Amino acid sequence: MRADHSGGRKHAREEGEAAATQLATARAGTAYANGDPILEVRDLVKHYPLTQGVLFKKQVGAVKAVDGVSFDLSAGETLGIVGESGCGKSTVARMLVHLERPTAGAIRYKGEDITRLSGRALKAVRRNIQMVFQDPYTSLNPRMTVGDIIGEPYEIHPEVAPKGERRRKVQDLLDVVGLNPEYINRYPHQFSGGQRQRIGIARGLALNPEIIVADEPVSALDVSVQAQVINLLDSLQSEFGLSFVFIAHDLSIVRHISDRVGVMYLGRIVEIGTDEQIYEHPTHPYTQALLSAVPVPDPMARESRERIILHGDVPSPANPPSGCRFRTRCWKAQERCALEVPLLAVPAAFRLAPGPASHDSACHFAEEKHVVASREERDTPRGEGRGPEIEAPGTAVRKRPPHDPEAQGDIQP
Amino acid sequence: MPEPLSSDGAISPAGAGGAMDLAMAEGASLEKAPGGPQGTGPAGRPRSLWSDAWRDLRRNPVFIISGLIIVFLVVISLWPSLIASGDPLQADLDDAQKGSGPGHPFGYDPQGRDVYTRVVHGTRTSVTVGVCATLGVALLGSVLGGLAGFFGGWWDSVLSRITDVFFGIPVVLGGLVFLSVVTSSTVWPVVGFIVLLGWPQIARIARGSVITAKQNDYVQAARALGASNSRMMLRHITPNAVAPVIVVATIALGTYIALEATLSYLGVGLKPPAVSWGIDISDASPYIRNAPHMLLWPAGALAVTVLAFIMLGDAVRDALDPKLR
Amino acid sequence: MLLEVRDLHVEFHTREGVAKAVNGVNYSVAEGETLAVLGESGSGKSVTAQAVMGILDMPPGKISGGEILFKDRDLLKLKPEERRRVRGQEMAMIFQDALSSLNPVMTVGEQLGEMFTVHRGMSRKDARTRSVELMDRVRIPAAKERVGNYPHQFSGGMRQRIMIAMAMALEPSLIIADEPTTALDVTVQAQVMDLLAELQRELNMGLILITHDLGVVADVADKIAVMYAGRIVETSPVHDIYQAPAHPYTKGLLRSIPRLDRKGRELYAIRGLPPNLLHIPPGCAFHPRCPMAQDVCRTDVPPLYRVSDGRRSACHFWKETLDAR
Repeated sequence: MRADHSGGRKHAREEGEAAATQLATARAGTAYANGDPILEVRDLVKHYPLTQGVLFKKQVGAVKAVDGVSFDLSAGETLGIVGESGCGKSTVARMLVHLERPTAGAIRYKGEDITRLSGRALKAVRRNIQMVFQDPYTSLNPRMTVGDIIGEPYEIHPEVAPKGERRRKVQDLLDVVGLNPEYINRYPHQFSGGQRQRIGIARGLALNPEIIVADEPVSALDVSVQAQVINLLDSLQSEFGLSFVFIAHDLSIVRHISDRVGVMYLGRIVEIGTDEQIYEHPTHPYTQALLSAVPVPDPMARESRERIILHGDVPSPANPPSGCRFRTRCWKAQERCALEVPLLAVPAAFRLAPGPASHDSACHFAEEKHVVASREERDTPRGEGRGPEIEAPGTAVRKRPPHDPEAQGDIQP
Repeated sequence: MPEPLSSDGAISPAGAGGAMDLAMAEGASLEKAPGGPQGTGPAGRPRSLWSDAWRDLRRNPVFIISGLIIVFLVVISLWPSLIASGDPLQADLDDAQKGSGPGHPFGYDPQGRDVYTRVVHGTRTSVTVGVCATLGVALLGSVLGGLAGFFGGWWDSVLSRITDVFFGIPVVLGGLVFLSVVTSSTVWPVVGFIVLLGWPQIARIARGSVITAKQNDYVQAARALGASNSRMMLRHITPNAVAPVIVVATIALGTYIALEATLSYLGVGLKPPAVSWGIDISDASPYIRNAPHMLLWPAGALAVTVLAFIMLGDAVRDALDPKLR
Repeated sequence: MLLEVRDLHVEFHTREGVAKAVNGVNYSVAEGETLAVLGESGSGKSVTAQAVMGILDMPPGKISGGEILFKDRDLLKLKPEERRRVRGQEMAMIFQDALSSLNPVMTVGEQLGEMFTVHRGMSRKDARTRSVELMDRVRIPAAKERVGNYPHQFSGGMRQRIMIAMAMALEPSLIIADEPTTALDVTVQAQVMDLLAELQRELNMGLILITHDLGVVADVADKIAVMYAGRIVETSPVHDIYQAPAHPYTKGLLRSIPRLDRKGRELYAIRGLPPNLLHIPPGCAFHPRCPMAQDVCRTDVPPLYRVSDGRRSACHFWKETLDAR
C-alpha cells in the first residue's frame, strides 16, 4: 500500500500546501498521491492538570495521558494504534479530530499545523478529518432521526451540499454503508448495534473527508457483527481513498486492517512499523509481551506457545517511571533503563542490517523475538475453508454490501 | 418495560447479566419483527422517544386521573364563574360558620362568606402561583444551571457555591423575613420569593443533566463536525437534558402551591382581600372543633391539587426515563 | 458427573411478549473439567449460568422446565434455604465487573473474612489470617498490608483476583466464571486466566467458563458448548471443534475472527443479526443466516445429532458441514 515516494514527493507537498491555504474550498485530496504523509504528528503531549481546592483551584500535578507521540500517516494507508487501557491511544484520537487541544506538539495536516486553529479555519479542517466512535449507543443522538443525524454535517457545512440535494445524499450514504435508504426517518433506538455503527460511519463519511479516525469502532459489537463492520471499513477505504487511523486494543483486528502499526504504552509509542515488522519481528519487549498474551484461537498452540506473562499493572500516568516507562514490568530492565529515556528510532543493533527487524523501537536492549508463530509453522486446518469452494452465496468477497439482510434489518412494516 | 430488557449492555453482577444477554432481543426486535411490538405503527410512521413517552403516558391511569384533575383545575381557575357564580368576598356575618345549605353546599366561613365560592375562586390563586413560580424557576434555573454545566469553569464553581447558600436557607423562615415587609395583596411577591428560593434546585438538576448529556459521544461527534456551541446546546444537549427538569418542575409545582398556602396561612403570603386556600385555612383554624367544614374544604382542595401535580410528575418521570422504574 | 443441566428452559416475561432466553439446554461438567460456553449476546449463555447459580431475577425471568442436577440433587427442587447453602459453599461465581461486585464500603479483608465468619463460624481474627492467606494464594503482592484496603484502591486485575479469592474461599466444587477477563487488558487477562486454571487444577474443581472469545476458549477449555438463540448448537472436545466445526454457526464464527498470525484478506462475515428472542425463527434458529439452509431447516428444529464420541451438532447438514472444508 505504501507507494514509492522518492520522486514526486516534493512536488506533491508544494501542491498540498497550496491546497491547504484554500482549505475552505473543495477537497484537495487528489493532490496527495498515496504514500505521501497527509498527517504528521510531532511530539504530541496532553497533560490533564490535577487540581485541588474548591473555588480557587491549585494545580498539584498532571496526568500525562500522552507524552511525546510522533508519527506520520500517509495518504491512503491505515495506521493502527494499539495499547492497553490508559495508554493514551484514545486521547491521541481525540486530539487528531480536535476534540482535545494538545498541551504541546504539532499535528500537521498537509504541512499545516492545525493544533492552534480556531473559527473558520478549524471548521474547514474538520471537514477533512472525521471520527467514528466506539459506542454505537451513545454516539447517535436518540432524539434525532437517522436522516437528521447523517444530514447534520451538511447543515453545519452548508457549502458541501445545497439544501435540495441533501436528502438524496443522505440516502446515498445509507446505501454506501449497506443500510436501506428508506430508513431515513427512523430513530437510532430502532436499530441494532451493528446497524448503528453503520449510521455513525455514514455520518463520518458525509463531508467526504480524507482521514477517518476510528476509536475502537468494533469493540462494542458482537463477534459475528464485527467482521461485517470491519469489511465495510475496508471496502470504504478503497472506494473513497481514505486514510485511516484505527485505534483498538484488539491486536488481531488491528493487524487485519492496518498497513502500519504503532504500539503505545503509558503515553508514548514504543514501537512502530509495518504490520509484518511489528507482528512477526517485534523488537520491543512490551510488544512481544502483548503479542504473546493474545489468546490464539487454536488449541493445538496451547502447549507449544511461549507466553511472556508480565507482572504487575500499568503504573499511573500521573507518576510514570523515570527513563523507560516500561522498565517496571520489563524482564530486561537494567540501571540504564531508569536513567535514560530510550528514543523511538531504529535500534543500533539493527541499523546496519536492513531487514524486517530494522524499524523504530524505543528500547535500549531491543532484540528480535518471534512470539507469533508464523503461518508456515502452523497452518493446521481449522474452521477456515481453504479458498473459495465454500464461499456460500451472500457471504464474503463482496466489495460493497448491497443491502445485506443483516444490515437491512427488515424493519419494513 | 422491565429493567432487564431496557438496559443496553451495562453489566452489573447479579441481575443484569441476563439484561446484557437479552439486550439483543430489544435491539433486534425491530429488524426481525415487521410490524411487531416495537415496529412502526400501522401507517409506517417512525416513532420518536417523545411519542413513545406519550404512548406510555396515555396508558397510565395515574397520568389520566391526575391529568383530568389538572385540566379541571386550570379551567375553573380561568373561568371560576362556570361553576360558582357568587362573589367570594360577599360576606354576611349572620351566616358565619353555618353548615351547608341549599345553594351553599360547603357552608359559610367565619366572616359569613360562601366557602364553595371561595374554594373555587381560590383555585386561580393557587394555579397562578404554581404555574408562574414553576415557569420562573424552570427558566432561571435551567438557563443558569445549563450554562454552568455546559461551560464549566469559574461560573460553575460560583454557581455551585450560590446554590449551596440557597439550600441552606429555611424556606418558611426566609418567607417570614422577606415577605413580611411586602404589603401588596397580589400573588407576585409570593411568586418572586418562590422563584428566588426555588431556582437553585432546578439549576442543580439542569447542570447535572447537561453534564451527562454533554459527555455523550453524539455531542462530541457534532463538535468534531464543527458544530457551534449554540447548535450543540439547542440540537443535542437540550432535548436530551430537559426531561429531568420537566419532571422535577412538575413535582415542584405541587409543592409551590402548598408553599403559597403555608405562607398565606402564616400571614405573610397573600393578604386579604386576596382569595387563597391558605388564608381560608388560617381563618378557619381557630374554629376547627365547632365548624370543621370551613377548614376541610379548602384543605381538601389544596391536598388534591398538590397531589395531582406530584402524581403527574411521577407519571412523566416513568414515561421519560423507563430505567428509573 | 458434578453438574448436569437437562433440558433447561428459561423465559422472560416482558411487556412485548415472552422472550425465550433458554430453550432446552443440556450440558454437564465433571470434577476438574473446564467447559467453555461460547455465544454472543442474547445466546442465553449467561442466563443459563444464572439459573444454575440460582441468581436469576424472577420475575421477569422464569424457569419453565428442566432439571439442574448438582451432585445428583435437582437444585430446582431444593428449598430456598438449602439452595442458598449450596450457592455459598459448593458453587461460586466470578463476574465480569469486579468493581461493582465488591462492596465499596467494606475492606477486601472484611469481605473475604465474611466468607469464613458466616459460613464456617470462624472468629474474626482467624478469618483475617485466612483472608491474608487467600490473597497470597491469588498472588496479590503485599497481602498483609493490603488486606485493609478498599476495592477501589486496587487495579482492575487485582480486583478480579480478589473476586477469584472470594469464589475460592470455601473451596467449592464448581466455579462459574462469566466473562471473567473481558474487562481486563490483554496482559492482565493472561495473568488472571493462568491463575484461575492453576487454582482449578489444585482444587480439582469443575469450571464453567462463559465467554465470547474463541481465543480464551482455545487456551483453557477441555470441552466447549456453542450456544445460539437459547440452544446449544454444538458441543465438542475443544480440539475437534477448531479442527473441523460441525455446525455452520461455529464455522462462521471461527472464520470471521481476524488472526494475529496471518494477514487476512477480506474477513468472512456471518450475514444478518442474532435473532430477536421474542420471535425466534421456526425450524433451526440459525437458518436465516446460514449459507447451507435448505427447506427442512425452515421447518424442522434440528436435534443434537451425534457426530462422534462427545461431539454433537444441531444441524441437519452436519456431515456436509464437516466435509465442506
